[in-house]
Amino acid sequence: MNEMPVVDAEAGTLLPKISAKKVQVFYGETHAIKDVDLNIADRTVTAFIGPSGCGKSTFLRCLNRMNDTIDICRVEGDIRIDGEDIYDPKVDPVQLRAKVGMVFQKPNPFPKSIYDNIAYGPRIHGLSRSKADLDEIVANSLQKAGLYEEVKDRLDEPGTGLSGGQQQRLCIARAIAVSPEVILMDEPCSALDPIATAKIEELIDELRENYTIVIVTHSMQQAARVSQRTAFFHLGNLVEEGETKEIFTNPTDRRTQDYITGRFG
Amino acid sequence: MSLPILVFVLLALSVAGYVLGRGRAMASAGGDARKLHSLPNYYGWFGFLVALLPAALMLLLWLPAQSVVIDTQVSAMISDRSAAESSRGLVMSDVERVAEGLDLAVDAGVLTEEQAASIRTEFTDVRERLGEVGVALGSDVTSETLQAAQRYRALSSTGDLLRTLAVVAAALAGLAFVYRRAASTFRARNAVEAVVRWILILAASIAILTTVGIILSLIFNTVEFFSLYPAWDFFFGLTWSPSFGGGSELGILPLLWATLYISFIALAVSVPIGLFAAIYLSEYAGPAVRAVAKPLLEVLAGIPTIVYGLFALLTVGPLLVDIFGDGGVLGVGWMGGGTAVMTAGLVMGIMLIPFVSSLSDDIINAVPQAMRDGSLGLGATHSETVKQVILPAALPGIVGAILLAGSRAIGETMIVVLGAGAAARLSLNPFEAMTTVTAKIVSQLTGDADFASPEALVAFALGMTLFVITLGLNVIALYIVRKYREQYE
Amino acid sequence: MTDTTAQTGRAVAAPARKGSLLEVDSLTRKRNAAEARFKMYGLSAVIVGLLFLVALLATILSNGTSAFTQTFITIPVPLERAEIEAAEKSIVKTSKYRAIIGTAFANVLSSAGIETDMSAKDLDKMMSSGAAASVRDFVLANPASIGTTHTFDLLASSRVDGYLKGRVTREDLINDKNLDAAHLDIVDRLSAAGIVQKRFNWQFIFGADASDSRPEQAGIGVSMIGSFFMMLVVLVLSLPIGVAASIYLEEFAPKNRFTDLIEVNISNLAAVPSIVFGILGLAAFIQFAHLPQSAPLVGGLVLTLMTLPTIIISTRASLKSVPPSIRNAALGVGASKMQSVFHHVLPLAMPGILTGTIIGLAQALGETAPLLLIGMVGFIASNVPDGVAAGFLDPNSAMPAQIYEWAKRADPAFYERAWGGIIILLLFLMTMNIIAIILRRRFERRW
Ligand SMILES: Nc1ncnc2c1ncn2[C@@H]1O[C@H](COP(=O)(O)OP(=O)(O)OP(=O)(O)O)[C@@H](O)[C@H]1O
Ligand SMILES: [Mg+2]
Repeated sequence: MNEMPVVDAEAGTLLPKISAKKVQVFYGETHAIKDVDLNIADRTVTAFIGPSGCGKSTFLRCLNRMNDTIDICRVEGDIRIDGEDIYDPKVDPVQLRAKVGMVFQKPNPFPKSIYDNIAYGPRIHGLSRSKADLDEIVANSLQKAGLYEEVKDRLDEPGTGLSGGQQQRLCIARAIAVSPEVILMDEPCSALDPIATAKIEELIDELRENYTIVIVTHSMQQAARVSQRTAFFHLGNLVEEGETKEIFTNPTDRRTQDYITGRFG
Repeated sequence: MSLPILVFVLLALSVAGYVLGRGRAMASAGGDARKLHSLPNYYGWFGFLVALLPAALMLLLWLPAQSVVIDTQVSAMISDRSAAESSRGLVMSDVERVAEGLDLAVDAGVLTEEQAASIRTEFTDVRERLGEVGVALGSDVTSETLQAAQRYRALSSTGDLLRTLAVVAAALAGLAFVYRRAASTFRARNAVEAVVRWILILAASIAILTTVGIILSLIFNTVEFFSLYPAWDFFFGLTWSPSFGGGSELGILPLLWATLYISFIALAVSVPIGLFAAIYLSEYAGPAVRAVAKPLLEVLAGIPTIVYGLFALLTVGPLLVDIFGDGGVLGVGWMGGGTAVMTAGLVMGIMLIPFVSSLSDDIINAVPQAMRDGSLGLGATHSETVKQVILPAALPGIVGAILLAGSRAIGETMIVVLGAGAAARLSLNPFEAMTTVTAKIVSQLTGDADFASPEALVAFALGMTLFVITLGLNVIALYIVRKYREQYE
Repeated sequence: MTDTTAQTGRAVAAPARKGSLLEVDSLTRKRNAAEARFKMYGLSAVIVGLLFLVALLATILSNGTSAFTQTFITIPVPLERAEIEAAEKSIVKTSKYRAIIGTAFANVLSSAGIETDMSAKDLDKMMSSGAAASVRDFVLANPASIGTTHTFDLLASSRVDGYLKGRVTREDLINDKNLDAAHLDIVDRLSAAGIVQKRFNWQFIFGADASDSRPEQAGIGVSMIGSFFMMLVVLVLSLPIGVAASIYLEEFAPKNRFTDLIEVNISNLAAVPSIVFGILGLAAFIQFAHLPQSAPLVGGLVLTLMTLPTIIISTRASLKSVPPSIRNAALGVGASKMQSVFHHVLPLAMPGILTGTIIGLAQALGETAPLLLIGMVGFIASNVPDGVAAGFLDPNSAMPAQIYEWAKRADPAFYERAWGGIIILLLFLMTMNIIAIILRRRFERRW
């Protein structure tokens, strides 16, 4: 299915940021991801689409090993980031997650001040040497997340006091603050109104400059607007992956066609 | 008619009410149950309730009223002189015993009814006659007591007769009412349901009645205590030394000090252990470990406090003496005897571990999963997540849980009665024996003190203090916990 | 697909921004160590808690099991008519019987070949002071036995019993005026001869309390009856009242100040110290209502008030767990609200209610403090109540109060009884909890 040219690392030319081979995920007896091969390019927005329960979130959570926190979850296969197997026993998931950040469906700021929300990551990862360092990281992250102007005067107020859209941007800023290379977003706009959604989409487009972004979305329009590449999942299978324009205008698989034209979902 | 028979008669009349109500309704519908507004049984129950409830209510009100009336009448017969010798209450209880003895004597056939009403101490040795039927009297019966007792019996039997008449009349009136009302058009079900509803409300109000009862029983006796002993000395006195001969010093501070000291030690033991156990069980343990360890820990909470008391007195106390006592392992000689603040505090701490851990467990689990995911997704370790996100988020709830545990510790009785010691002391040494508010409530009310003396009444003032403190803690704690839960709902 | 090439091509151009994932940096190592430490604290806390439980249970078992055996001395006593009649005529009847037993005991010693120069009075100290009374009771109950020789298993004194159980050592006896080392020599030889033996002690389970000087006779049976009558009161009152109150609060109560007041009261009462309920019982039931002191009825009333909040809370939870669809279905076929509750909701909630009630009863069964204040402690559990009314009204103790009573007495022989009593109490509690668990498992419904 995958028509993307994958070139070996030794060959030295084309190397995806993330490459997954024969990935299988089981929740106890449930086979949630079946034999998925997928490459994700660096500094690109890749959208995962597909009907509910098809395994988008599950696959996404494999990429920073968030599935480790679920007792019954088992992951098989090979997932590499920059050529390094992230399920290698030598890899510490804590370090991995600093490199691969995550933003969740529902905004989940900590019950702390806005400042402490952002500073939380840098503090635990030891990214700042001084208070001034930390201040700068916080300001920078807020700026990148396009939130700075709105909150700069109330950094010590609780993060939970912001609006839903602001909270989600706070969560994005929080993820950016540990300077990850990849940001995973699981339906980041599904709890937001259209205006807040537009802001986040704008933001994602800007972030593409510096980060590899993978976004799960249920909105075809959103996928079309923000992503360069799209992967369509169905019942645990990766049905097809390719350039977003291509997928939406000229899908090769019947199921993809049915889904994007709204015949099921 | 004696009380049990009266109750039985009342029940019989109520059953008659059932039969009557049902029968009348069926008759008025010409035997066709479909013509009735309600099912036939509802007419029966209507009859039953109408016959029973007013009469039963009458009986319930009558009982205390009768005893109050008789008491005032009879105690008026006791001269001030004999009341001055002992207390009026004691004379009255003598009177009651003699009256009871006379009843027994009549029952046993030793005396006839007339003899019982007319014997005089001048002619008969009443004490010996009553002794024959097994009523032992402490002192000889004075003629005044005997006359009072005879009056008591006479009034009682008149009262009993009137009582029977009143109750039976009420039940019969109920039956008459049923006879008139139980017809096919009568909405029996609605009537019965209205009554049942009132019964339900009454049952629910028992919670309020209990609280009111507690407050009244504390307040009356406390006020009485403060009329005998200055409140200032009670609340701010530094010495506790009751002496039953009078001249007691009844300062609460040493007791309060020991209570708080022991509770503090108990919390110092139970809060870290309970909290860490809760964190481990809810955040780290696999389902198998959790399924075994959690109920096992909760067994500690199901063990009665008397067991902990014995454990303190006979096991932990001697063990601590072996370590901290004279010639103990450490050779420090801090501890004289097994009962001490430390002993009681430690054991109480053990008792409170499951209390703290299961409350904290609930509270930690109430922190939404999204919060954990957020932290873990940023690359925090599990312990960082717990320490920096979950615990701060759960803090109000945990504070509430600790307050509840503290209130438990302050109100705990058996462990301190057996483990803490009996001497009141204001000392900082946790290895010394001290005594607490609850322990003194027990000792002042189970001793031989006259019930009207300040030495006994002080127990109610102690109880009042205890009640106010624990109530305050509980109200605050419950408020905090509820607010906390609402936040995550 | 040309665009893809351009995209991935940029990735190669970007320099690696961080070290390899395969190497764990030093900060992460430190953080992981902190993680491991934290986890250890948690695990140790659980282990410490469990160790306390083990220590508690081990103490109870090791100290308490010996209460279930007791030392008996087997003595054939000739019941001569003349001697019995003389004894019955005398004022100090039991001391005459004691003399009869003394002679019989001396014969036992000499026929076992045990030489002693001890006086009969000294030898008597090896036997319980209740022994004479039990011989007399037997004779009065079996007049036909007069003239024969009957073999009695008489209780040994608590010191002898303690010696055989290892509680009393020879050193302990140096200052003891009741028994000395010479006695113990005799005990050793008698027990070798099988005349002194430890047997299972039914009297401990079914018997009455005994006075300070006869720990070997004390049993928990009568206070068990006291507890039984109290539990009866608690069950009969708290179940219907608790269920009625819960039904009102859960199904009918409007949201108003009165309902709020009840709710607040219930949750606070659940946390009021039990001793305060004792004060309430003393003032309200004994001082004010003149109910008899030390009566299981009063104890039951106090415990009812104490357990009601627990029962109400658990009953409401099980009413709540019945889904509204059941209520709506009943209302839909024209039942009144009251009918839907009593015919449909209540039966479905019953297993949960019973479970909660049993757990509440178990709590009440172990409660001691309030009973002390209403006088259910002291040497009062001395007679089996004759009849049901007496069971409710006659002074009696309760199991936990009896244990407390023994713990307070001076003679350490009573401690063994206290621990033994705890074993029995815990067995009851365990049974009740197991029944509750079985009920819950058996009838648990998932909606
Ligand atoms: N924690 C879990 N335990 C057991 N099964 C799970 C768990 N999480 C997901 N699953 C199962 O795995 C399958 C894939 O779920 P997943 O959440 O990845 O779907 P999804 O594509 O993200 O759906 P949605 O669009 O609704 O978010 C589903 O069948 C789901 O039931
Ligand atoms: Mg999903």
